[in-house]
Amino acid sequence: MIRVQARIEQSTLMKITSPILAIVLTLIFGSILFSAIGKDPIQAMQVLLIAPLSDMYNIGEMFVKMGPLLLCAVGLSLCYRANLWNIGAEGQLLMGALGGSAAALAFIDSTSSFALPITLICGIASGMFWAAIPTYLKLKFNSNLILTTIMFNYIALYLLLWAVHGPLRDPQGYGFPESALFSDITTLPILFDEGRIHLGVVFAIIAAVGAWVLLNKSHIGFQIRVFGQDEPAARYAGFNGKKISWIVMLFAGALAGLAGVSEVTGPIGQLIPSVSPGYGYSAIIVAYLGRLHPLGALLSATFMAVLYMGGDLAQIEIGVPTAVVGMFQGVLLFFLLACDFFIRYRVSFISNNSPIQE
Amino acid sequence: MDAELLSQVLFAAIKTGTPLLLIALGEVICEKSGVLNLGQEGMMLMGAVVGFLAAYTSGSVGLGVLGAIIIGMFMSLIFAFLVLHLGANQVATGLALTIFGTGLSAFVGSGVVGQTVQGFQPIVIPLLSDIPFIGHILFTHDLLVYLSFALAALVSYVATKTRIGLVIKAVGENPHAANAIGIKVLRVRYCAVMFGGAMAGLSGAYMSLVYTPMWIENMTSGRGWIALALVVFASWRVGRIMLGAYLFGLASIMHLVLQGMGWNISPNLLAMLPYVATVVVMVIISADHFKEKLLAPRSLGKPFDPRQMA
Amino acid sequence: MKLKSLLLGLGLVAGLSAAHAEDPFKVGFVYVGPVGDHGWSYEHNRGREELEKHFEGKVKTTYVENVAEGADAERVITQLAKSGNDLIFTTSFGYMNPTLKVAKRFPKTTFEHATGYKRAKNLGTYALRTYEGRYVSGVAAGMMTKTNKIGYIGSFPIPEVFRDINSAYMAAKTVNPNVEFKIVWVNSWYDPGKETDAANALMDQGVDVLLQHTDSPAPLIAAEKRGMRAVGQASDMSHFAPNAHIFSVRDDWAPYYIKTTEAVMDGTYKPADFWGGFKDDMLSISSINDNLPADVKAKIQATYDDVRSGKISPFTGPIKNNEGKVVVAKGHTLTDTELAQVNWYVEGITDAIPQ
Repeated sequence: MIRVQARIEQSTLMKITSPILAIVLTLIFGSILFSAIGKDPIQAMQVLLIAPLSDMYNIGEMFVKMGPLLLCAVGLSLCYRANLWNIGAEGQLLMGALGGSAAALAFIDSTSSFALPITLICGIASGMFWAAIPTYLKLKFNSNLILTTIMFNYIALYLLLWAVHGPLRDPQGYGFPESALFSDITTLPILFDEGRIHLGVVFAIIAAVGAWVLLNKSHIGFQIRVFGQDEPAARYAGFNGKKISWIVMLFAGALAGLAGVSEVTGPIGQLIPSVSPGYGYSAIIVAYLGRLHPLGALLSATFMAVLYMGGDLAQIEIGVPTAVVGMFQGVLLFFLLACDFFIRYRVSFISNNSPIQE
Repeated sequence: MDAELLSQVLFAAIKTGTPLLLIALGEVICEKSGVLNLGQEGMMLMGAVVGFLAAYTSGSVGLGVLGAIIIGMFMSLIFAFLVLHLGANQVATGLALTIFGTGLSAFVGSGVVGQTVQGFQPIVIPLLSDIPFIGHILFTHDLLVYLSFALAALVSYVATKTRIGLVIKAVGENPHAANAIGIKVLRVRYCAVMFGGAMAGLSGAYMSLVYTPMWIENMTSGRGWIALALVVFASWRVGRIMLGAYLFGLASIMHLVLQGMGWNISPNLLAMLPYVATVVVMVIISADHFKEKLLAPRSLGKPFDPRQMA
Repeated sequence: MKLKSLLLGLGLVAGLSAAHAEDPFKVGFVYVGPVGDHGWSYEHNRGREELEKHFEGKVKTTYVENVAEGADAERVITQLAKSGNDLIFTTSFGYMNPTLKVAKRFPKTTFEHATGYKRAKNLGTYALRTYEGRYVSGVAAGMMTKTNKIGYIGSFPIPEVFRDINSAYMAAKTVNPNVEFKIVWVNSWYDPGKETDAANALMDQGVDVLLQHTDSPAPLIAAEKRGMRAVGQASDMSHFAPNAHIFSVRDDWAPYYIKTTEAVMDGTYKPADFWGGFKDDMLSISSINDNLPADVKAKIQATYDDVRSGKISPFTGPIKNNEGKVVVAKGHTLTDTELAQVNWYVEGITDAIPQ
């Protein structure tokens, strides 16, 4: 007989072992999947999960991929903690890229050392601005945040397309929809000789740590947590819900904007139509996998970055089509999400003659 | 714009709005029961590919539709098991379902890319279609569009006028109270989620059997997300979903019509129209309800566990 | 290693064959879409398959699909180079700068970028003369239209599309002086739903022949449903619309992939800017519909022959733009570099370039 009991306290042991269990289950599933399509399962797993960390170049690339995911996820974690359903990180990221690019292009002939900070600030401000509108509509007109942020993602995308086909297009670029390459003065410094790790990655890690401090060590963080867990109690305690909404939304917008401007001034080096392969949406998964905890997001963003890179490597090294990679990633996430069950519940096997509880 | 063109445009708006209507009808029931499923796009893609495959191999579009509905339900069952039984987070699980469905649909459909089937043919309803102006707009569609009219009426009736509707509402508003009066909360939610899956599958079949009778990877291009916004836009009222779907359909073809008429505005700025319009209408609607309580089901997205007391 | 023994028990571990005669020449491909798009990436992938078939095991190809044209592209191209590909084709415009960056870091590897304009010692570019196919399409459309309104579904407002609209329009004018073009942009290379909407919006406004600069068969299907006509794009689309289909302009990248691979293998490769068209068999007119009138069929064939032989060259001056300014001087034929920068509509097109 199997008996399921809710735990009084969430199990710390299980918090650590549940992801491991999920990965073991995934390995078994993946082995079956890859054998079914005629690939060596051991090799497939190795390429998908280990190869992305196999050499210095790949590790560096993992950090480059992790940066924007982490920046967006940290901001989203705070929003979700405060029960604000912000789906708009993608749009805020695109606006950050757009605003930052406009500044970087204005500085194309500049030699000022302020050029890069101003470019970054423009990106951050654009992201904040894009988060501010839905927030204002919510607080002023009671508009649903899920709807407005999804719509604003699309609007941001078309604004970016308009800019890159129009005013920000490279005049020497044969009419193609790309901006001119930014000058070195507005390019984020590369931290190591090898690879592409840029300052933006550092920003992301600082943001995660900073958000953790904010959430756990400050009065406003305390308010956010209470507000998310028990809104009536928070109101009773006299917390200002509007203020909290503004703070977390603007914070999330700022980080997503920073992610966008870091992409265009970092690894891309110009404004292009496809700045983001959907970082803002993936970051939602990253935020939840990290249990809405800023430092958890650090781990889950790393994990997702590895997963995405593994997907590309699987195509290169063993010729697995993206379709199969997507299936594998989806199932892995299912297992990870399902295994949380064991954190909350104790599952025990009992002999048949003991009393059974409903 | 003359009457002839206007009637053509409205006709097209209904056609464009239909997949959104179908998927949103399922999603609204799912959300009313307190479950938020962001896996719409994944379920819809699976519906599209399986619907096409079934129709292609059997030669029967009816079987195609049936296959799409079944696969949609199966996909939603995975989701339901994870979020209802294991208490996994709904938002993340829904997104994972979309990733999984996108991959799986590409995988099973790889053999039929570039094939086509004889899709549904328009059925002109006698007499009704002769009504000036609206006859063409409403009564010269194909079977699935008529079915969507019927389904909208049915879902609206069930949700507002029957005991089942009340039960679903109770479960979405206050599952603990519902449980206390003997309603099997999880069972109701399972059914609601699977209805959502069935409708997502049907919507996918509409894409691959009616709209563009073929299978191409990712052919739903984000409609699952739009449907999600539609449900919110309609403030969880079925009647408004129909209106919203057609309005969105209209807005999304309007920019193409205007270009054809020689409007010279950047196509990128024109393409924003439907989204801007949605936000504006939303603001007007929600400002209206400002004094009311939030219209979302109160337990939306929150797991329920019968083993734990409130 | 419990898992391994478990897998062995399940009989899942396949033995790796270590039979290598000699290392094959490795060629990598980067695609912007899925190979299942039945459009752009699908056609490049067909070229890749032909390439592998042609060399019967002497060439091993690898491809990565769905690679976003952002920070990811540089990583994927680098990883292809690192894993020993000797020649790498990057098949979308947005890969231009990433390809250039990687080419500088891997001087021993050869790179080829489709539709771009930046070259290096080990980086060449290649493109299709799509305007040649468009010219024949324009002639056919001009003859087939009864309403004298031809619809053009544009993807993005970029030079390639402006150029092809001009080519089709000038061709249509030669057979039908009353012809008028309606242009609709869908902001996508590939979105069946939107392409259907665009096709219907055009037909609602009196258009009876559709040309498309997008990749899905959706416009053809829409034309078939309403008894109109359309020209297929990129691959043979005749089976999607048995009645509506006029012909398809087929892209075929295989000859170029085979030729270039051969050149790199035997050391004769020189990076260049190669444009392939009818005479290189990289573009062809396929499945001309039997239901066309005999004179139209003959005209299509004759136009194809003339463009192929160079007797007709669409962009030979004098050509005025629709603001009345001479953009191609008398006696001048646009060079490839100039063809890549067309940013005007020819005289007679009543639209304006979207700004």
